[in-house]
Amino acid sequence: MKIKFHYILLLAVGFGLASCALDNYDEPTSQLTGRLVYQGNPIYLEFNRVSYELYQDGFGKTGPLGSTFTPEGTFSQLLFDGTYKMVVPNGQGPFLWGEEADMPDTVTINVSGNTEQDFEVIPFWIINNAQLSGSGNQVTGTFALEQIVTDANAKNIESVTLYISKTMFANSQTNVAITTLEGAAITDINSVSLSAAIPELVPTQNYVFASIGVKFAGVDDLLFSPTEKITF
Amino acid sequence: MKKISTILFVVLLGFSWACESDSEFLDRPPAESLTTQQAFSDPAQVLSILGNLYDRQFAVYRLSDWQTFADFNEVLVTADDNLTNLWHTNNTWPFGGINGYWTTWNYTYIRELNLFLERIGDATFSEELKATYAAEARFLRANYYFELAKLYGGVPIILQSQEYDFSGDPTYLQVPRSTEAEIYDFIIAEADTLKSLLPINADGKSRASAGAALAMKAQAAVFAGSLAKYNTTTPSVSLPGGVIGIPVERATGYYETALAASQEIISGSAGNYGLYLKIPDNLSENFAALFYDKNANPEVIYEEEYQLKFKFHYFTGANQPRYGAEEEEGGALNPSLNLVQEFELLDNTFAPIPTVDADGNPIYYENQVDIFANRDARLGGTVILPGTVFKNRQVDIWAGVQLADGSIISGSERGQLRELPGNSVPQQVVGFDGPVAATNQNALAGFYVRKYLDPVPGSGRRGTQSEVPRIRYRYAGILLIAAEAAFELGQPDIAAGYMNEVRARAGFTIPLTGADITFDRIVHERRVEFALEGEYFMDLKRFRIAHKIFDGVAMNVADLRAGIGTATNRSTQPWGLWPYKIYEPGSPNDGKWIFKENLSSRVTASDNWQLGNYYSSIDNNILNSNPKLIRQPLQ
Repeated sequence: MKIKFHYILLLAVGFGLASCALDNYDEPTSQLTGRLVYQGNPIYLEFNRVSYELYQDGFGKTGPLGSTFTPEGTFSQLLFDGTYKMVVPNGQGPFLWGEEADMPDTVTINVSGNTEQDFEVIPFWIINNAQLSGSGNQVTGTFALEQIVTDANAKNIESVTLYISKTMFANSQTNVAITTLEGAAITDINSVSLSAAIPELVPTQNYVFASIGVKFAGVDDLLFSPTEKITF
Repeated sequence: MKKISTILFVVLLGFSWACESDSEFLDRPPAESLTTQQAFSDPAQVLSILGNLYDRQFAVYRLSDWQTFADFNEVLVTADDNLTNLWHTNNTWPFGGINGYWTTWNYTYIRELNLFLERIGDATFSEELKATYAAEARFLRANYYFELAKLYGGVPIILQSQEYDFSGDPTYLQVPRSTEAEIYDFIIAEADTLKSLLPINADGKSRASAGAALAMKAQAAVFAGSLAKYNTTTPSVSLPGGVIGIPVERATGYYETALAASQEIISGSAGNYGLYLKIPDNLSENFAALFYDKNANPEVIYEEEYQLKFKFHYFTGANQPRYGAEEEEGGALNPSLNLVQEFELLDNTFAPIPTVDADGNPIYYENQVDIFANRDARLGGTVILPGTVFKNRQVDIWAGVQLADGSIISGSERGQLRELPGNSVPQQVVGFDGPVAATNQNALAGFYVRKYLDPVPGSGRRGTQSEVPRIRYRYAGILLIAAEAAFELGQPDIAAGYMNEVRARAGFTIPLTGADITFDRIVHERRVEFALEGEYFMDLKRFRIAHKIFDGVAMNVADLRAGIGTATNRSTQPWGLWPYKIYEPGSPNDGKWIFKENLSSRVTASDNWQLGNYYSSIDNNILNSNPKLIRQPLQ
């Protein structure tokens, strides 16, 4: 029997066209974005460390949709329109939030179209006047520390660290050089200075990125200063 | 005509089945399953149910899953598949452990144990046997709660089988988490009762005995004591109501319980247990034999049994030396230099493996094993060192040939031949066991695993595999529990006595005194005695030292050599030790060995333990099904 190949082809194309229409949902299109702020100032964190969770009620079991804040303290999710509840799980982040900070322990967000929602938190301490500069082979960071939380939830500074990295991710996970100062060794919290030597970089590049991280006793996540690019 | 009679005959035959009444047919008992009553009518039947419950015991560390032994940089993982690439490339552990190895939430198992305990009362055989079987099931239940407690802290304690009444409201079935103290108290109390219900039988290792119950009591008590004492250093790792976090004032009580329970075993009242010492003239081999000798092994108190043809594992095959192995595979886990250097010198001091002298010049060794001379005999029993023998074959571990000018000639495959300068005959330039950089499954850290490797022929063959049991409780463990509890109770001399017994078996001739016993000593002794047995995981957690050891900072050689013997010594990356052969014809060093520390190119991350890792996460599905459960701290 002679097979008429173009009929088969026509049939296949016809099926292909017919099968895509009905059974698919539209993808989510509303972008929810926001950032962590303290009195309007952004909070800087470590990459992929501080997580948040979004819940939506009314669809069977309530499991969270979650991710982590970016190093600049921002978050974004592509969602369907609806009402969401956002939380930061207990103990995450170098800040107080929710019950401990006398705030509601959930932020309700109405997503309808692209939505922006900042997330107010209270950091244990903040880094002021962070200045990162390079001279010759050295990177120097000077900064001041200011304690924000002073009640029963106050945390001591365990250590401060200057991170130098080849990329924008200058943190405890990706770095080429670090200098750490123990919290007890800080003499003047209004002027702390750290410096580190830039090691030989392979392949060579004439710039590095630097940032300062502050670790609090009993808290996993570090508070960071903005990452600076330093050309030498 | 003949055809018709055939048809009639067939129809007639059909009648012979047709007359059975319908009700009789429907009432026929099923042939493939037993009713509860039938199952519990016969001791052999009950024993097989009990056997199934034994088979389903849970442990984080399983010989049938060699990957479960891969954590904490005690080993370098050199296998190459999707599962194993997760080690050394991720900075942190997921809250449930890599591959979810630190999770279990098998309340189905608990329900079946509870059902077993409820149903055995109606069994129709002797009360004595019923009591023993019931005690064994209770032991398994307490044992599983112990595993849950180690991973999760307080968990729902359910001691009766629950039935749903189909009313649409399941809240009466939802049990909240107990406190962490309650779950340990439950285990201790159960063990205390069971020690008199279970038989005193030091020869039955794989079934619950009085010794096993006491061992469980001692271990649970010492864990609870240390959790109470050391959680004060990480106050954020706690949950309201004590679901996680045992009050510190209870520590002393737990330590007293632990000391008393371990002394009961040591006194011999629960059976005749003792340290394994069948090969006194070769203490390294003796220590290795402790794990593979299944014949009247006095050290084992309780073990997870394997038997060829029925239940077996491939730990030996996965980790055996590659050269001349029974299958062309092995070497999946390599003990790291971090672990190897923790084994003390015989004068009770700590020192790095001497690769260079005080001026930084390499030290030349006649034989490869000389660099490990005068160390703890347990080193050779835990690790296959370069130049030693396994299954009558010397392992061939060396990374290359170093020439007079310091340059190195090596190969890209195991045992490769190459021409050396001034010699036209190709010669071997790298060991048949590796290490060959950027390859898989050879001695990439310069060592192979020895502990739990089975020397029996066929153990490394896929078609046969191994029946070496995994030891859950052993006598040396009891001695070290006694030592730890005595130390914490301010009796360092007694602690030193117990610890010296264990150390004498490892070849130490200078006993420690009470003044030598410190927290670091206790942690260190447990680390080397139980290396690659899984105890280290719980030690890291209960002493709350993991976040100090795995602080996320990369290690250099100076870091590696520093701080040996300290409980909180940094160990974020697994280092190796590579031997090189010197090729300098005419020089006295020709043919000698030098060693270099090596960090494998597979290691791209440095481990960072988050405080949230101290307890395993409870899955969202479980939290959803039971709103009374609360989430773990810092997760």
